[in-house]
Amino acid sequence: MNKNHWKLYEVFVRSKNGLAHKHVGSLHAADADMAIKNARDVYTRRSEGISIWVVPSDQITASSPDEKEPLFAPSDDKVYRHPTFYDIPDDVEHM
Amino acid sequence: MGTNISLEEKFQAYVDAENKVEPKDWMPEKYRKTLVRQISQHAHSEIIGMQPEANWITRAPSLRAKLILLAKVQDEAGHGLYLYSAAETLGTSRDQMIADLQSGKAKYSSIFNYPTPSWADMGTIGWLVDGAAIQNQVMLTRTSYGPYARAMVKICKEESFHQRQGYEVVMKLAQGTPEQKKMAQESLNRWWWPSLMMFGPSDDNSPNSEQSMRWKIKRKSNDTLRQEFIDKTVPQAHYLGLTIPDPDLKWNDERGSYDFGEINWDEFYNVIQGNGPCNKDRITHHVKAHEEGAWVREAALAYAEKEAKRKENRTSAA
Amino acid sequence: MGGGWLNGVKRDFTKEEALEEYLFFLADDALILGQQLSKWCSAGPVLEQDIAIINTALDHIGRARLLYQHLAEIKGGATTEDSLAYFRDHMDFRNALLVEQPNGHWGDSIVRSFFIDTFNFYLYDALRNCTYAPIAEIAEKSIKEIAYHAQWSAEWVVRLGDGTEESHGKVQKSIDDLWMWAGELFESAPVFEVLDPSFVAFPTLKSAWLNKVDEVLQMATLARPEDDAWAQTGGRYGIHSAHLGYILAEMQSLPRTYPDATW
Repeated sequence: MNKNHWKLYEVFVRSKNGLAHKHVGSLHAADADMAIKNARDVYTRRSEGISIWVVPSDQITASSPDEKEPLFAPSDDKVYRHPTFYDIPDDVEHM
Repeated sequence: MGTNISLEEKFQAYVDAENKVEPKDWMPEKYRKTLVRQISQHAHSEIIGMQPEANWITRAPSLRAKLILLAKVQDEAGHGLYLYSAAETLGTSRDQMIADLQSGKAKYSSIFNYPTPSWADMGTIGWLVDGAAIQNQVMLTRTSYGPYARAMVKICKEESFHQRQGYEVVMKLAQGTPEQKKMAQESLNRWWWPSLMMFGPSDDNSPNSEQSMRWKIKRKSNDTLRQEFIDKTVPQAHYLGLTIPDPDLKWNDERGSYDFGEINWDEFYNVIQGNGPCNKDRITHHVKAHEEGAWVREAALAYAEKEAKRKENRTSAA
Repeated sequence: MGGGWLNGVKRDFTKEEALEEYLFFLADDALILGQQLSKWCSAGPVLEQDIAIINTALDHIGRARLLYQHLAEIKGGATTEDSLAYFRDHMDFRNALLVEQPNGHWGDSIVRSFFIDTFNFYLYDALRNCTYAPIAEIAEKSIKEIAYHAQWSAEWVVRLGDGTEESHGKVQKSIDDLWMWAGELFESAPVFEVLDPSFVAFPTLKSAWLNKVDEVLQMATLARPEDDAWAQTGGRYGIHSAHLGYILAEMQSLPRTYPDATW
């Protein structure tokens, strides 16, 4: 590896309290502190965020697309997880 | 190989059904290569494109104009970064992309090989060059590669002020003193044709276009985008009382579009091949900044490593 | 020259004059530093830092505008923020000599920023309590970004100082070279005696500044020159280095070539 090659970090920004951090992109930094500052300057130039997470990209373990079916297909038929599965009479309110 | 063909067919069907491709999905090697080439070229254009405008930041004629220009060039740096970041998801490092830019292997938009001798160019670049870029970028928000499309959505959102800023600069000049008006017209004269060239060669000379359209990387042909740009821009020039430097330009009722003169393709190919007025300056500047920054990047990394070690020692001692 | 002058420098000020002088200290520091930092645009060591340093340039120029706008209000007539920035000559500028020193390499610019950012931090923090509301408001609005600048430049000093042997040597030289321009920041000026103490007198900031500088330099494994070393002077009286001439020639060229134009 090049001796001046900075690490890649993934950036997650919470746009306001009540919302989850959302992946917005990546950037390079020498360390995590710098990554936070860089993220502030790069990804929140228009006050898009109130909280930032940075994670070294090589620390993320991702599911592989080949497993897409075994991982996600089963839930496709778990219709009971979806509210419309249940027959509730219309006159029962606030349900 | 038989399986490969079927994978490619499956991929085509997947893309045809307007699905997005994500980094770890299987994709044809040529799709990946095309994307890396296109996205990195796009990123390089943002980065090299900072130079002709940075050239005027210190001389902006009002504090308001200085702030706006500074913010705009900063946006371009940000957009370059979003795009490098999208390209890196395809497995090519930014270092590699920058090495390719500096060696001349990778290209950037030729428009930035033209000089900016006049303040009016800050207006014209925003109005025409960003205008032409937006034409292309709006299309790319629907491109089939997910990270690229997402980067483009962010860029388009931020870029909307650039074109308006440019038009405002030109408008102030066009409605200003005779000298200012002359500045505006002179700048338009220089930038009009290079702006039209930004859309690339005409469709019958654009060999990669067809495959890119099939993969839905691109959704409109070069000539279509160029015509849309001309039809939008000509009335804007008329509004300012400026003359488009094309004697053949005239409205065609039948087509519902403007007819326009022949683009100088000779110039286009020459500038791409490195013979534009600023090709050398742009790359030299980029290389110089990169080389002069090497000791800084090394220092930051060395410090990070020392800190990590110190942290480790503190934890193991505790 | 009247009795209010010494060696060509005005010594006694009315309250109104002193207020304007004070505002020019703040405004001109901000503008010239912002102008200098903006030259890093497209020339930084890495894209992310280009973006970072442009951010600070934006902050400085933005603050300069607020201060000039207020000065224009006070002065009235045809004075505007732009007439103040573009149509004053070098002898009318009141910025410290430090901010007009050339950008040099990344370490030079970082050290220059570190000195002035740290000074600004203590200054603007205290100015939030200024009895003169317009200054207090601008200080309140600016302190967050100034605190960020001070942290950013201090972190870079530490990184460069405690980085490689090469970076250590380079940034130590930046500190040694720029030191004689930093002393002026804490110089006494006659206007401080005219204004009430809530217009912070710059000499009162020196010990806090020195402590902070010592703390950061120690983390950076860097040495600090003697605090009573010889310091240059003149900026607050309009006596500048030759650098300012070029800075203004470049910055002011367009409005002065076309004085009737609006942009």
